[in-house]
Amino acid sequence: MNLTDLLQQTFLQHALIASLLVSVTCGVIGALVVVNRLIFMAGGIAHTAYGGVGLAFFLGAPVLPTAGIFTAGAALILGALTQSKRERTDTLIGVIWAAGMAFGIIMINLTPGYNVGLMSYLFGSILTVPTHDLWVMLGIDIVIVSLTMYFYRDILSFSFDPDFARSRGIPVRWLYFMLLIMVAEAVVIMIQVVGLILVIALLTLPPYLAERHTKSLVGLMVASGIWSLVFCIGGLAVAYQFDLSSGASIIATACAVYLLFISGQIVWQWLLTHRKSPA
Amino acid sequence: MYEPIIEIRNLTFSYDSVPALTEVNLRIARGEFIAVIGPNGGGKTTLMRLILGLLEPQRGQVHVFGEPPGNNPARIGYVPQHSNTTQGFPASAEQVVLMGLAQGKRRGFRFTQAEREAAEHAMRRAGVLDLRHRRLNELSGGQRQRILIARALITQPELLILDEPLSNIDPYGRQCILETLTGLDSNTTVVMVSHDLGITANAVTGIIAVNQFAIATPGAKLTPAMLELMYGTHEAGCPVHALLQQLVDSSNIDSTSLESNKANPTAQECHHEPH
Repeated sequence: MNLTDLLQQTFLQHALIASLLVSVTCGVIGALVVVNRLIFMAGGIAHTAYGGVGLAFFLGAPVLPTAGIFTAGAALILGALTQSKRERTDTLIGVIWAAGMAFGIIMINLTPGYNVGLMSYLFGSILTVPTHDLWVMLGIDIVIVSLTMYFYRDILSFSFDPDFARSRGIPVRWLYFMLLIMVAEAVVIMIQVVGLILVIALLTLPPYLAERHTKSLVGLMVASGIWSLVFCIGGLAVAYQFDLSSGASIIATACAVYLLFISGQIVWQWLLTHRKSPA
Repeated sequence: MYEPIIEIRNLTFSYDSVPALTEVNLRIARGEFIAVIGPNGGGKTTLMRLILGLLEPQRGQVHVFGEPPGNNPARIGYVPQHSNTTQGFPASAEQVVLMGLAQGKRRGFRFTQAEREAAEHAMRRAGVLDLRHRRLNELSGGQRQRILIARALITQPELLILDEPLSNIDPYGRQCILETLTGLDSNTTVVMVSHDLGITANAVTGIIAVNQFAIATPGAKLTPAMLELMYGTHEAGCPVHALLQQLVDSSNIDSTSLESNKANPTAQECHHEPH
């Protein structure tokens, strides 16, 4: 099958649209997660989402909206706990992380029958995204981008220096909760693409690669989004070429680029050092 | 005319059950340049955070511009303790200064020409205009500190609060920062936490010594009561006494005040191991 024929396939069209929609979220939320040092928190929220997936299976409810509400609730609880017990942040994240997973597993155990689709939420399945999930993704994208644009100045100041932001009258506490809910919703739409276990890689690798060449937070968001799209499409191509799992291929592509980047930096530094020092 | 900018009455604050400040009473007038000094853990930063409204008093009252703290954020500039959290943040120096404009009201991610001109003005006052397009992580600690001062100055605040702006800064950087601060409008009130009274002695109009309690004095002259509050009393000949003597020399204190501590029966013993 040639490329033109391939692009006529609905499943691939959906996959490409999903890649684009997820990349928008990934760029915005990934940048915010990295600059606010919320990577472990985002990991906790991602794994807690499994509780929402399990609940959806148990109730026979649509997975994305159910997981979205469940994960947002868990993120709010996590935010409230970490705000009041700052010295125990990592412990609390670990507890919520495990509790969400355990709840999801119990819900699945209590659900009659064998749930074939469950694996797609753990490891992603971008090739099976249905049309209504694309609309949910688009809706969440619009909300996340609109909120980020509207509150950009406050988010920028809060991310850089929360104490200063508070002294300027910025509602830092509310922004923090809003950010956690946005992370929760971003995670929920990303589990369709790479699965909740691999979400954290797609949130952190693009900003890592982008941050060295950007001078602004909005620039970091755009560059991270572009990297994310490159990884999604590249991963899809790898998955198609070698008949591999799409989620794992996307993350493997991102990791390969990351390793290439790091290697390039080491070689460049080595060349610079040897050029400077006389033989 | 005496116009109090900060008024603190019977202020008490504890962390859990550990008292940080007890029965503090202070008044700071418009145009003053106050150095807040004291030992580590003495409550200086807590006092600044209470004045800014970042902490709530557990007892007593804090008024800034005659109102509860936090009611007039645009009139207050704040330079927090230098921290590594700013390392690696994707922002140019100019963008950091523009962050000083955020007050929870303006929207969007584009800054207007007028806002950029305000940032340029603040950076010129802080002597860092030539760094405006540099990434933050390309700058030295002293340059970053001056960028944070420019961020605090962008709204042309009437009250500037600085928490140890001179720590970890080389002598040239310190001099630049002090020149910026002493060159401010005479109506601007400056409250600066500093460990180094020597370098600020020529600039300050008053000193507040803080070590759970607080004692204020006009001028750059330490009093025996301040020394005792901060460091206790020490007998002549011990290393701490020598350090206090240096502090006294740098603040032009009457050196006989230290002598009076010699006869103090409650003077702390000075233990030090011979090398």
